Parts: sequence; structure tokens; C-alpha cells
Amino acid sequence: MTTTTAEKPATQSEYVPDKRGFWAGVFYRWPVKLVILIVVIIWIIPTLGVLVSSFRPPDAVNANGWWTVFTNLGSNEWTLSNYSDVLSSEGFGNSFLNSLSVTIPATVMPITIAAFAAYGFAWMEFPGRQWLFVLVVAMLVIPLQMALIPLLRLYTTINLNGTFPAVWLAHTGFGLPLAIYLLRNYIGSLPSSMMESASIDGATPFETFTQLVVPLSVPVLASFAIFQFLWVWNDLLIALVFLGGEPDVRVITLALNNLNGSRGQAWHLLTAGAFITMALPLVVFLSLQRYFVRGLTAGSVKG
Amino acid sequence: MADIVDEEASEVEKAAEARPINPIYKGPGPNFLTQLMRIGVSLAVPLIAFGILYWAGTVLLDENANRLVVVVMALIIGVLGVFALFYGMNWLTMRLPERYRHFVLPFVFVGPAIVLLTIFLVYPTVVTFKLSFQNAQGEGFVWLDNYIDIFTDSGTLEALRNSVLWVIIVPALAVSIGLGFAVLADKLGSKGEAFSKSFIFMPMAISFVGASIVWRFIYNFRPEGFGEQIGLLNGIWTAIGNEPVAWLLQEPWNNFYLMVILVWLQVGFAMVILSAGIKSVPDDILEAARIDGAKEFQVFWRIIIPSISSTLVVVLTTIIITVWKVFDIVYVMTSGEFGTSVVAERMVTEFFTFGNEGAGAALAVVLLVAITPLMVLNVRRFQAQEAQR
Repeated sequence: MTTTTAEKPATQSEYVPDKRGFWAGVFYRWPVKLVILIVVIIWIIPTLGVLVSSFRPPDAVNANGWWTVFTNLGSNEWTLSNYSDVLSSEGFGNSFLNSLSVTIPATVMPITIAAFAAYGFAWMEFPGRQWLFVLVVAMLVIPLQMALIPLLRLYTTINLNGTFPAVWLAHTGFGLPLAIYLLRNYIGSLPSSMMESASIDGATPFETFTQLVVPLSVPVLASFAIFQFLWVWNDLLIALVFLGGEPDVRVITLALNNLNGSRGQAWHLLTAGAFITMALPLVVFLSLQRYFVRGLTAGSVKG
Repeated sequence: MADIVDEEASEVEKAAEARPINPIYKGPGPNFLTQLMRIGVSLAVPLIAFGILYWAGTVLLDENANRLVVVVMALIIGVLGVFALFYGMNWLTMRLPERYRHFVLPFVFVGPAIVLLTIFLVYPTVVTFKLSFQNAQGEGFVWLDNYIDIFTDSGTLEALRNSVLWVIIVPALAVSIGLGFAVLADKLGSKGEAFSKSFIFMPMAISFVGASIVWRFIYNFRPEGFGEQIGLLNGIWTAIGNEPVAWLLQEPWNNFYLMVILVWLQVGFAMVILSAGIKSVPDDILEAARIDGAKEFQVFWRIIIPSISSTLVVVLTTIIITVWKVFDIVYVMTSGEFGTSVVAERMVTEFFTFGNEGAGAALAVVLLVAITPLMVLNVRRFQAQEAQR
């Protein structure tokens, strides 16, 4: 955007409005901008409708479409009562806490275990090192449905069903392939001269891991953490099967699903509930987008 | 976002140096005791951690439902506790004679993960295969009956048909829109590009359940005479003079309306990855083509597309895998009724709602078997990457 790029031909991706004045800049490549604008509008309208409706009084939500608020600006009423209703009487407040209780441990536990394993796979010699890791790559693709029935049986025998540890462990197990894969690729790319000099200086593998590898791997640890956090927070299937819908343990996605089942036409509540469910992931996503993209590149085969 | 690609390229270069750094050891090989110790250190961390978690999760939670205590406990166990267990195992192993230490130490690191993967993925996969040959209660062998049912029952055949449609339509749409948007946004200034992309990308953070509610609101229907339409689609549809339509009941089109939700969610993913691919196409090649008189669409089809073909394959397979396993959207929107069921949703319904373990397991096996080619593809790609290192 600075004048230093102004000499480049217009076919370059740099876009140079400076020389043309403000309006010429706005209309420069207008067909491209128009298409982009239309797609962006289509993409945000669904969320916008939910956001607007969640702040309208129930009568208004039912009386006319949410888009009418833009045609009669000024005569609109706004309220927070939908949110307070959903949070208290529909139990979303409690479910929000349950989701946090599930998500935070289920994000942290696989990271610790996978970091150790990734270091072992990358820098230690042991029989089966290669094919075990190939197995991990293959496991990235296994559908969760494969694990549901046997695990539910196992949990029932040891009386773990419907408890938080049941979900923590399940998410830890299902999150491990991706975590090991991501971390091993990163840790394996650290320079071997560094590892060798650490070992010559008398550091044990454990010391090398804690004092050298972990501090250097913070970016990839963060990207996996964000990915796993969003995945666990947004999960419905594992929570539905292993935790269930009892109000004291029910997570927020399940609360929203149940509200949808019981009061499917109460749109003032559904929109507020949907927005409460989306709020935290959106904040995490918008603030840490860079790391998220990185994790996504390698990680979206999971599940 | 182009720097992501650069980073990865340099990682691969650096990885050329990677090789194991165990201390050099020229003593006798492993014996029976070594194997026992390997198994021991692998099992110790998961088992002890499980014991503590079990206590924390069940005992603590029963006494009072103070979630903060539970979460803090889980965090302490999850980070410090697990770490302390690794530390302890390492400490013990380092005290072994060198003959054992050398062979056991790697399993202090990788053992716990292997044990967890075995319990949560390998063991269930084997059991599910076995259950798929058994009856609804998971007893006695009925052999292929469950599979014969899947491929003869009209309900499951419909689910199979829908799943195939999902797997074709959703990836095709998501990749086309994502690619188109990435190419166009590339022509904007860097600020405008990042800004417009983040709107397309944003739905990635939304859960399938949340997205389903968002779109149920759009498809909302009221019969004529029951008040104004509050669903956007019917609002537009009636404004241009049509009768309101119950979109989600329109077989077979309702399948397509559900697919739109997943497209909305997945385009951002396709766009971000493909955009990084497009930016890695060298500028001088593009410029040379333009100087030689190539039109923009020729540059796109003859240069950009071939250059990013491997990225396209990655994005396509990734989205196909996601689509094949889609459960939440159908479950929330229609519960699989009105001709909209898909295999992944059907599996949960059979097992969870109808309590038919055999049928559920057989459907899960169908899910896995159908996805195996992509699994092989992933493994091959990984091995090719490794060979380059």
C-alpha cells in the first residue's frame, strides 16, 4: 500500500490506489470487489440474523422477520431478557460451566502426553518406531463411531459413564493421533546439532525435552491447544454418548440441542442460546486466528 | 497467511538433519526383563493417572458439585500430575543399569501414548468389527446378517444414497467457492484480503449444532395465515410473490438444504489452505505468462490450478472425510427423518435410540471401510514426505 510498491505492474497482487485518488481507489477493480462483498454478505447474514433476533423481545421475534429492524430503525425495542432466560431457566449458565469443565482438562491432558510421545518418536531409537508412527497417521482418519459402542460398554463395566473423567479420557484418546502427528513433525524438524550438543553437555533426554524442546515448541503446542479446545467445545457426539443429558453434567452443545427439541419454535431463546454457544469459540478464534490456521492445515483430518 | 507455507517448507529442509540421538550403547541386547520393564513404564503413567482422575471425578463430584474444584483438580492432574508421573518414571529408569536403561527409556516417553491409543482406538475398532457380526444385544454370531440388512433395508439404503450425495456435492461446492474466493481476494490489497477472508473463515469456529440452529432459523416456515414469515428464505420467497415453503420437508431437496450448512462451514477451510497454495506460485511464472499474452482465466486454469493440484487433493480428501462422518447437522435439523438420514447419523440412531448394537457396529464398519482408501492415501502422502526428508 506504500508508494514503494507503486512501480509494480497492475497484474501484481499489490493494489495501489494512491496514485488514483480516493474514489478511483474505491472503484478500482470494482467487479472483483463487488463479488467479494456479495459473498461476504451472504456469509455473515445467517449469523447476523441470530445475533439481531437474540436481542429482540419475544413478541417482536415472532411478529416479523429480524431484517425488518433495518427498515424501521428507531422504533425497535431491544432486550437482554432472552439471555437471562436462557442462562437461568433453560440451564445454559450451568451448561456453560460444564462445557468449561470438560474442555479445559480435555485440552491440556493430550498435550502433555503427546509432547512426550512426539519427542520419543522424533529423537529416540526403539523397535517399531517407524510403523507405530505410520499407525498414528492412519488413526487420524478412524471415525469416532467405530469407538462408541465398545467404549460405552467398557465405561459401563467400570461405572465411569456420565462422569467428567469419562469424557476427558475419551477426548484425550481421540485427540492423541492429531497431537502426536502435529508435534512430532515440528519437534522432528528442530536441528539435530542442538540435540547433540545438549547430549554432549551431559543432558539426559528428559532434561533435553523439558529445557530445550518444550520451550522451542510453544507455537505448535498453542496451535494444537486451540484446535483441540474448539473441537471439544463444539463436540456433540462424545458428550451425548458418554456424558448424557442430565442437567448437572450436560454440556452446552447438548443444552442447545435439547432446547431445539423441546422448544423448537421459541426463536428468542434458541437464538440467544445459539449465540451463547458460539461466543467463546468465536473469541478464541478471532484472537488466535494465526495459530488456529496452522493447526487446521495439518489437523482437519481428525475425527 | 503465505508465511505459513514458507514456515512449513523450511521445516522440511531442517528435518533432513533429524535422526535419533539416544546415547551410543554397545552392550548386550534386550532380554525378557527389558520387555517387561517396557510394558511396565508404558502402563504406569496412564494407570496411575486414571486412578487419580477416577477418584477426583467421581468422589469429588459426588460430594459437592463445585465445578471449579473439579476443573482445578483436573488441571493439576492433567498438567502437573501427568508431568510428575513422567518425571517419576524417568527417574526410576535412569537408576537402572545401562543395559536396561538404554532399551527402556524410549518407552517412558512413547509408552503412555501407545497405551491410550490402544485403549481408545485400536481395541474399540477390533471389538466393533466383532460386534458387527453379532446380534442386537451383542451376543451370539449372526455373521453377515447385519450387513445384508444394511444393503437391503430401504432406510439404510436411503442413508447410503444420501451420504454418497453429501460426499460428492459438499466437497465440490466448498472447494469451488473457496478457490474462487481465494483467487479473487488475492487481487485485493493485503488489508482488504485479510479482512474479507476472516468473515468467510469465521464459521469454522462455530459448532455444527450452533450452525444448525442458525440455519433452521433461515429455513423457518409458517403456513399461510399463521403470521408473517420470520425465516429469511421464506421472507424473500413470499416477498417475490410465492407461497411459503416448508423447506426441510421437501424431499429430496431438503438434503441439499442441509448440505448448504456444511458448505457454509467448510468454505473457509478450503479458502485458507488454497489461498496459501496460490500465494506460493512464483510471481515470475505468472508474470511471464501474462507478458506472453495469457488471459486471466488461462493463467488460472493452465498455471495456478496445476501448481496447486497437490494442495487441492489435500483439501478435497480432508473435506470428504469430514463430510462422510457428519452426524450433528442431520441429527439436530431433522433427526434423519423426511428422507435426510446419513450413515454416520444412522449409526448413532441404531445404536443409541434403538439399542441395536449389531446394526450400529456394522454401520460403523461401513463408515471405516469406505474411508480406508483415503486413509491409505494419507499414509502414502506421509511416507512420500518422509522420503523427501
